[in-house]
Amino acid sequence: MAHGMKPPSRIGDTMFAGFTFLMAFTVLVLICVVGWQLWAGARLSIGKFGLHFLVSSDWDPGNDVYGALPFIYGTLVSSLLALLIAVPLSVATAIYLTELAPRWLRQPIISLIEMLAAIPSVILGLWGIFVMVPWLRVYVLPWLQHYFGWCPLFRGSTNGSCMLAGGMIIAIMIIPIITSVSREILVSVPDLQREAAYALGATRWEVTRIAVLSYAKRGIFGAIILGLGRALGETMAVTMVIGNTPQIAASLFAPGYTLASVIANEFAEASDVCVQSLFEIGLVLFVVTILVNLLAQMVLKTFAGATVKQ
Amino acid sequence: MIVNARNHGRRKALSMCISIFTLLCACLVVAPLGLVFFHLLRMGASALNFDFFTHVPTGPGEPGGGMANAIVGTVVLLGLACAIGVPTGVLGGVYLSEFGTARFNWTVRFLCDILNGVPSIIWGIVINGLIVIPMKSYSAYAGGLALGCLMIPLVMRTTEEVLVLVPQGYREAALALGIARWKTTVHIVMKSATRGIITGILLALARVAGETAPLLFTALGNNFWNNDLAKPIAALPLQIFAYAISPYDNWHRQAWAGALVLVAFIFTLNVTVRFLTRGKPVRV
Repeated sequence: MAHGMKPPSRIGDTMFAGFTFLMAFTVLVLICVVGWQLWAGARLSIGKFGLHFLVSSDWDPGNDVYGALPFIYGTLVSSLLALLIAVPLSVATAIYLTELAPRWLRQPIISLIEMLAAIPSVILGLWGIFVMVPWLRVYVLPWLQHYFGWCPLFRGSTNGSCMLAGGMIIAIMIIPIITSVSREILVSVPDLQREAAYALGATRWEVTRIAVLSYAKRGIFGAIILGLGRALGETMAVTMVIGNTPQIAASLFAPGYTLASVIANEFAEASDVCVQSLFEIGLVLFVVTILVNLLAQMVLKTFAGATVKQ
Repeated sequence: MIVNARNHGRRKALSMCISIFTLLCACLVVAPLGLVFFHLLRMGASALNFDFFTHVPTGPGEPGGGMANAIVGTVVLLGLACAIGVPTGVLGGVYLSEFGTARFNWTVRFLCDILNGVPSIIWGIVINGLIVIPMKSYSAYAGGLALGCLMIPLVMRTTEEVLVLVPQGYREAALALGIARWKTTVHIVMKSATRGIITGILLALARVAGETAPLLFTALGNNFWNNDLAKPIAALPLQIFAYAISPYDNWHRQAWAGALVLVAFIFTLNVTVRFLTRGKPVRV
């Protein structure tokens, strides 16, 4: 009886495939829409201020004069500070978790780090305002000033809300991602590498240094770049502790401002020209984070044998 | 040469020192989690009471009041986000796993990763320009859309990953019976991966539930009840932010209570995910 049946219609299949294709295609559409909307919003500002916008440090809503330099500076300094704190801690933790820790301890620590990653930015910011900033003001900053006051980085009044606080809170936010990606990189290092080094009589640390780290260097670099991408765009927690003052100060104790924070703080009540400038700042942030993420993905995806997911 | 008997003791000691150093680093990494939890419980629990879940906020500095509207607002926004993010993400993931060519899949996965890296504040101003300005009002729709856009790449990646794990034999068996491809996909492939797909959705929800930046210029926040989705709506993260940077002690306490509720919600989602994936080879 089978030969009497008509072959099943393919229309359903074609429509289903077409529809799901559209859904998958939205990802590309979304990126284009975001880029286009940012550009459209910033067009007049780009025309009015030109490239001068990126190197001018005037931010004067009263006179409708805008320059993004203090924000670019604040974003770069706070992110680099965050990397300085987060990278050694994260990489050391990843090494501990894959090479040195007793097995029973590994999964609990991994779970705790996942929990840290799940804490929303705004809650970390709340903790920053009421716990970390007072602690910095009362204990850490005076101590740093007392012993390292000769260095211009640690001079000036210590109000608590400062570049250093911003860097620290960003560090807490990016530690989980750098740790987990580095850990996956280290896990993906073939055991043959380790066995060879052990066979030569190396100690645990020597195995890690000679066989594992030299093999995984490139991937860990990718993890760090990925962390940098997150650091540049971090918004709420930073806004709550960095002090929000558009200035370029040498001291880490001085308040600063970042690209993301100025959007968060000023967008809602901004005048027309100011909104366009903020869109331009958004565009700068968008382009920079895309470039940084592209670099990170390139490095991670070309890392031999790694199956890394963030 | 590595092997050197004379140095053996010193090398063992160095290895031990490094182990201890990295252990200390791991402790430092976990310390903020403990501190945040400690303060959340200490400050949040004392401010949490029945009123918090049943009342709307009071005026500046006045005692009492709660965040009932913000809790409901967050649920509404997450519902809207799911309405946008889940179909798009899941069906996109289906295409990648069932129909896509290797090159197309690579590109989409790559774009998903790039999209995940876009700062969430960018979504706030983009949706503001696309929806809020033309509609001339901040709205729950705009907030839901912003969160939904954040969910799409997350859900798409996890859906694809769980569908790829479905054994090829299932598809072949169904197709051999003459079942249309789309029916095979929906009734056999997706059905056997339901748990994994739900896991991915819950993870994405947990991720966007605490997002504040995309809501600042879309949902805006609201101190009162709001039944109109075309009007500004309250959300827990927004309320926490507004209260945290306010000068009033009472509002600070409310912010801690709100933070405790939000964290409890997010961790419940995460624990549910753990429960769903126990003993499963699903990578989350």
